[in-house]
This record gives sequence, C-alpha cells and structure tokens, in this order.
Amino acid sequence: MSYELLRLVWWALLGVLLIAFAVTDGFDLGSAALLPYVARNDNERRQVINTIGPVWEGNQVWFVLGGGAIFAAWPALYAASFSGFYLAMFAVLAALIFRPLSIIYRSKLSDPRWRGWWDWTFFVTGIIPALIFGVAFGNLFLGVPFGFDADLRFHSTITLLSLLRPFPLLTGLLSLSMLTLHGATWLTLKSDGPVSARARAAIPVFAGAFIVLFVLAGIWLLALDGYVITSSLSHDSDSNPMLKTVILVPRGWLLNAGLHPALWLAPLLALSGAFAAILLRDRPLLSFLGSALACAATIATAGLALFPFLLPSSSEPDSSLTVWDASSSKLTLEIMLGAVLIFLPLILAYTAWVYRVMRGPVRARDFSGDPGAY
Amino acid sequence: MDVVLLSRLQFAVTALYHFLFVPLTLGLSLILVITECVYVMTGRTIWRDITKFWGALFGINFAMGVATGITMEFQFGTNWAYYAHYVGDVFGAPLAIEGLMAFFLEATLVGLFFFGWDRLSKVGHLIVTAGVAIGSNFSALWILIANGWMQFPVGAKFNPDTMRMEVSDFMAVLFNPVAQAKFVHTVAAGYVTGSVFVLAISALYLLQKRHRPLALRSMTVAASFGLASALCVIVLGDESGYTASVNQKMKIAAIEAMWNTEPAPASFTLIGIPDREGRKTDYAVKIPWVLGLITTRSIDKQVPGIDDLVKLADTRIRSGLLAYETLAKLRSDRNNAALRAQLHEHVDDLGYALLLKRFRPDVEHASEADIARAAQSTIPNVPVLFWSFRLMVACGFWFVLLFGAAFYLAATRQLVRYRWFLVAAVLSLPLPWIAAELGWIVAEYGRQPWVIEGVLPTALGVSSTAAGNVLFSLLGFVVFYSGLAVADLYLMIKYVRLGPDQTIGHPVAAPRDMVAA
Repeated sequence: MSYELLRLVWWALLGVLLIAFAVTDGFDLGSAALLPYVARNDNERRQVINTIGPVWEGNQVWFVLGGGAIFAAWPALYAASFSGFYLAMFAVLAALIFRPLSIIYRSKLSDPRWRGWWDWTFFVTGIIPALIFGVAFGNLFLGVPFGFDADLRFHSTITLLSLLRPFPLLTGLLSLSMLTLHGATWLTLKSDGPVSARARAAIPVFAGAFIVLFVLAGIWLLALDGYVITSSLSHDSDSNPMLKTVILVPRGWLLNAGLHPALWLAPLLALSGAFAAILLRDRPLLSFLGSALACAATIATAGLALFPFLLPSSSEPDSSLTVWDASSSKLTLEIMLGAVLIFLPLILAYTAWVYRVMRGPVRARDFSGDPGAY
Repeated sequence: MDVVLLSRLQFAVTALYHFLFVPLTLGLSLILVITECVYVMTGRTIWRDITKFWGALFGINFAMGVATGITMEFQFGTNWAYYAHYVGDVFGAPLAIEGLMAFFLEATLVGLFFFGWDRLSKVGHLIVTAGVAIGSNFSALWILIANGWMQFPVGAKFNPDTMRMEVSDFMAVLFNPVAQAKFVHTVAAGYVTGSVFVLAISALYLLQKRHRPLALRSMTVAASFGLASALCVIVLGDESGYTASVNQKMKIAAIEAMWNTEPAPASFTLIGIPDREGRKTDYAVKIPWVLGLITTRSIDKQVPGIDDLVKLADTRIRSGLLAYETLAKLRSDRNNAALRAQLHEHVDDLGYALLLKRFRPDVEHASEADIARAAQSTIPNVPVLFWSFRLMVACGFWFVLLFGAAFYLAATRQLVRYRWFLVAAVLSLPLPWIAAELGWIVAEYGRQPWVIEGVLPTALGVSSTAAGNVLFSLLGFVVFYSGLAVADLYLMIKYVRLGPDQTIGHPVAAPRDMVAA
C-alpha cells in the first residue's frame, strides 16, 4: 500500500473512531444532559443511570482509543491539539474522571446529599465534553494560532478565551443539541414509564434545535474563509509540516464539495437523520438509528469539508497540519493498520454481544433489589 | 516554578496516584477468575458469593483505575508535546494497540460482570470475568512495552527530515528484553497486591470472628496465588536489574550508590548512607560478589561506577555536538549526502548534545564548563534511589515470608490458630502499595535526566505552554484526586465493615461441608 493511500485510510479511520465515539458515548453524555428533565425522583434517576450502566465504560474507550490512534498515527496533531487546547483538554479530562465515578459511586450510599452531589456531577460532566468537542471542531474551521520552530517544536498563543469565538460557540451548541437528541432517543428506547415518555417528548425539541443550528452553521460557512494549499505537496514524502504554502480563500471550505458534488450527501444525511428521529419517535429503535445517523453524518460533513487539513494555523498558515505532512512513518501506519484490521472486528463483535445480552428497556425492578446496580 | 518542574510534578503525582489502583485491578481480577472457576467447577454457591463480594470491591477500585488512567494518556499530549512529536511514531503504537486489544476488552466486559449474573450462563459469566482479567493484564503488557522502550529505546532511528525517532524494527520494540522483564515483574507485583488485599481483609474477619467460611476460603486462594506471585516478583525483579545493567548503567550505579568502579565481581552494598557531596557511601555494609553476579551474570565483568559513567557521558556529549551541528547544516542543504553520512556517524549521541539545552539554548556554542555540567547532570538522585530500592526489596522478601506462612497454615488447616499471624496479615495491607510506588520511583526517577534513555532529555520533552496553565491543572489534580481518594477509601471501608452479606444483598451461601480449621 502506498504511503499516500495509508494516510488516506488513517484519515478515514480517525473519522470512524470519532463517529463511533459520538454514536456510543454520545448517548451517555446526552442522557446525562437530560437527567434533570426526564427524571424527577430517585428511582427515575437510577433508571436513567442504569440504562447506560453496563455499557458506558466500553463506550468511553472509543475516546481513549481515538486519543491513542491520534498519538500513533498523527503524532504532530496529537502534540499540537492536546497542548494547544490545554485548559479545554483539562476540562474534558476532569469530566471524564468525574462522570464514571458519579455513575458508580452515586447509589452506593443512600444519603440524599451524597446522591444529589453525584447527580449534579453527572449532569455537568455530560454537558461539558459535548460542548467542548463542538467548540473544538468549530475552531478547526477558523484555524488557531500556532507554528513550529526549526526543531519542529510546537508553539502557540492559544488561550481558552480565544477559542470561544462566535462560530465555535455555535458549533458547540450544535454538538450539545446533537448529543442530547441522541440521549433522548436512547432513553426512549431503553427505559419505560414516565422517563421514556419525557425523553420521547424531548426528541422534537433537540432535533429541531439541531436542524436549525446545523443550517445556520452551514450558512455561516459561506461567509468564512477556508484554507487552501497552494504549493506542491508530495503525498508520499516524510512528514514535515513546514514545507508547503497555504493561503486563505473566501468560501474555501466549500471547494471540496464543489469538486465532488457527491459530498453534499453528508449534510443531507445529517439533516435526514434528525428528521427521521422526530418522525419515527413512536418506533424507538428507528428513531435512535436516526439520531445516530445525524451524529455520524455531522462528523463526516466537517471532516470532508476540512480535508486535507487536520489543524489549520491562523498565525502561520504554512505550518498547518494536513493529512499529507502530519502522519507517522509509513511503517508505523502499516503496523497500526494491521492491528486495527485484527482487533476492530473483534471489538465490534463483543460490543454487539454485550448490547444483545443487555437488550430491552431497564425497569425499576431490574435495579431496586440489586446492590450491584448503580 | 518552571514548566519542566511543574509538568514533572504533575506527571509524578498523577502516575503515582494512578498506580494505587492498577496493581489491585491486576491481582483482584485474576483472583475473581480463580474463585469463579471453583464455583463453576464445583457448583457450590458460596464461591459465587465470594466472587461477588470481592467483585464489589474490585468495582470501586476499577472505576478509579480507569478514570485516572485516561489522565496518563492525555498528559503525553497536553504536557509533553515535544515528547509526543519526537517519539510518537514509536511510543504511540503500543499505547494505541493497548486500547484496541486490551482496554476495550476489559472496559466492555466489566459491565457484564456486574449486570450479567442473571442474564448469562455460569460459563458465560466466567468467560466475561476471564475477559476482564485478560484485558487488564494485556493492558499492562502494552503499557510496559511502551515504558520499556523509554528505558531501552531499541528498534528505532532518528529521521532528520521529520526531526523525530521512527520505528525501524517493530519486533525489536515488541520483544524488548527490558519490557518483557518489566511486564512480568509488574503484573506479578499486582498479583501480590491483590493477594495481600484479600489475605488482610479475610484475616480481619477471622480476628473479628465473622464471615468465617468466606474468609477461610478467600485466604486459601490468596495464600497460594500470593506465594507464587511473590516469588515471581523477586525473580523478575532480578531480571530487570540484569536488563537495566545492559543500557542503564547509571541507574544501577545510582541504586547501589557506587561512586567508583570496583574490581569484578563487585560487592553489593546492603545498607549505608550515600553522601552526594563527598561522592562516597558511609557506613556501608557490603556483601562481596553479589552485585557483579546480579547485574553481569558473571564474575569477571566490571560494573562501572558513577564517576566513570560521567566521563563516558562527557565523550558522548562531544560526539553528539557533531551530530547537532551537522543537523543544523542539513536543514539548509537537505539533499547533501556527505552531511547525511556524517550525521549517521554521530546520531546515536545526538541525545547527549540535547542535554546541553538545559544550560544554554545555543548548544553549538557550549563551553567546556557547560559540557562538564551536562555530563554531571546525568547522575540521578542517588540517596532517593538507594533507599527506595532497598525498601522495595525488603517488602518483596517480607511478602515471600508472609505468603509462605499463610500457605503452610492453609495447607495444614491452621489459619485461625495463630493470632499473631492474622495480625501480621492485617498490618501488611499497605505494604504492596508502598512497594509498588517505590518501584515506580526506582524505575522512572532513576531514568532521569532522560525521558527516553540516551535519546531525549526530560527537560526538552515538555510542551510550550504557560507555566500558569500547568500550575492550574496540577492544583486541580491535587484537589480532585484528594477528594476522590477520600470517597474511594470511605466506600471501601464501608463495604468491608458491612461485610459480604450486605454487600451482595443476601446472606453468603452456607458451605456444604464444614471446613475444619
């Protein structure tokens, strides 16, 4: 396999991992964001938490694996994004530390203050990552200020506040509404009684918000400048992000779709997914698949528009990280691809098995007598 | 405080904290497999309840291990960005494979361990438990392959076009002898931790004269598993010492506080007081031959002392400077074959030139004094290593004694006969954690000033982020982690106090046969 093709495959795999994360951990985050609304008493709150109880841990690994895959396949991107977005990453990390514990520790004691504190933690740690991931994606479209010195040491002037610009804030809300919608279709499917009914009622609200924000973001993109590589850049050479020139072009992010009109399918599918989630909400499984499609296609839309950029630099555009100059060596990409081909099918198989074993809605009697339940 | 110091502190705090939970996960997961195996094979429900009880404690610990482990992965990017760039091509792969092969398995199946008792067949549930244990242990394998490469960076070479280390031989990275020895040493230490945990809590129940059927059975499992593991820890610890002596001679010399090269075979300093200023070890009690035998597996090879190793570092810094200067020329003349050949000749010492960066950014103008300082900086903190190592080893030998006694008493059915033994077992509870943390200090603090031995100095690996950010996150971690430690300990103690009956929600099944004890 050529180095060029390997890089393309790894770019696609990055997308696959992000999508798998959004589709699985997304409903965990969304369920947490919906907790105060769908659950009004202790039993209902336990019901919400127990719908994700057996699966959240595996779901979260998609994110850990995504991080690991970026480290192994795109080390320059790993170094730049994790250190550049330092405080945002710290906030995500804090959420990822506290959310699991809020699930596991909450029902271990019956003291209402203890439970109240963990419920609040669960809610907040559901919202924060959902918002931050969206804000991060929005910033990719605008570019962030960074560059490299002669030793390829990354430097940047990014601050937390500088990331909170209007367009990224919009995409942050877009991400939040998308994942909350996904949580709502999940809870409709996996719970019963009042919790399921309230979750079902929330579907049109968050799907509507998602559709409006998605269209708004699309229109906004028309007004934004996009990054374009103007020099020749070999797709088969060693990775060094300092050997090209990049300029800003009005409507530059629409160039890919202009060249390949089939790419318009991605945003179309994202909106169809959200509409399907609303229209099919009486058939919870289909509605859930609709919101899953919305998540997947939204990420695909962003990735396809940005291609071949991974992280554009606003201060030194020539140092932007792209698919062609920020990857690992050919050998590492080959080895990692081999590992993925062996293990990804296994992961999908046993994950599917776990969901099958735990199929069906979670009811109060499933957890009220079981001290192992959350 | 500067970014380097703060980042190192943060890594140390979060790694030591994470490592409070990992060994127990490793050991307890296998003990759960053992007890559940007995349940499946004999059909006696008491063994299911034993599995459930230790499983509940396992769950509390597992959550903390997972939550704090994510911090470790993130930090390579957030705080060690240049490290991530410089070695990500090699170091990232085992981390990613760990996720694919191991972490996914344990995290996906652990939910079924707790929720699957009524939904799975006996064998089905045992497979889930085994999957969690296999996942945890393979997780340790890949993490230690990554860590082993930091100690002994084999199978990789520097690429001047990308300014980083790249994989040249992945099999060498995989079968790195340092990694293999470390893996067995570390997981066996985890098994010891799990065994001491079960042994101590069971002993407590026996002292309190409650939950006797569960406690006796648990103790028997812990005694045999613990004895095998404790012996394994010592043998593989010795193997780690041998592999370290191949490429981390300075670490060995520092652990031994061996300032001067002794004639072979070198003696082992059992105890003494290392004096950093005077470069000597006072009141040393020495055992002839032992060090030479352990580290060189021979009686005629020398173990070099600290002073000789500093001289060697001096030479390598000068050679590294030639590589560094050639690299600078190559940047403006990328295709010059003569320069590439010249770089190739000295590139193995490039890391030594980078040691100078701590003292001056324009390395190529380094003075004699700078080179001398950089060479001196290759000496790790001798007294800390000297003592950490000795305390760790003392703990290791104590575990062999403890489990040996437990094994004998279990085999002769006298576990409840000697009160002093039960008290000793309870008091030993904190020791495996102390030993594990000390082991981490020996391995990682002993690697300083390198983050990748001989390749990349720690001070160079950090991110170019504001010190204020790191201070903020460090304080955040200290506050969060302290709070979580309180919650974790509180829950553990509560469940141990409540005892198995209330923890699993029904009385532990009565044994079919009475165990004479």
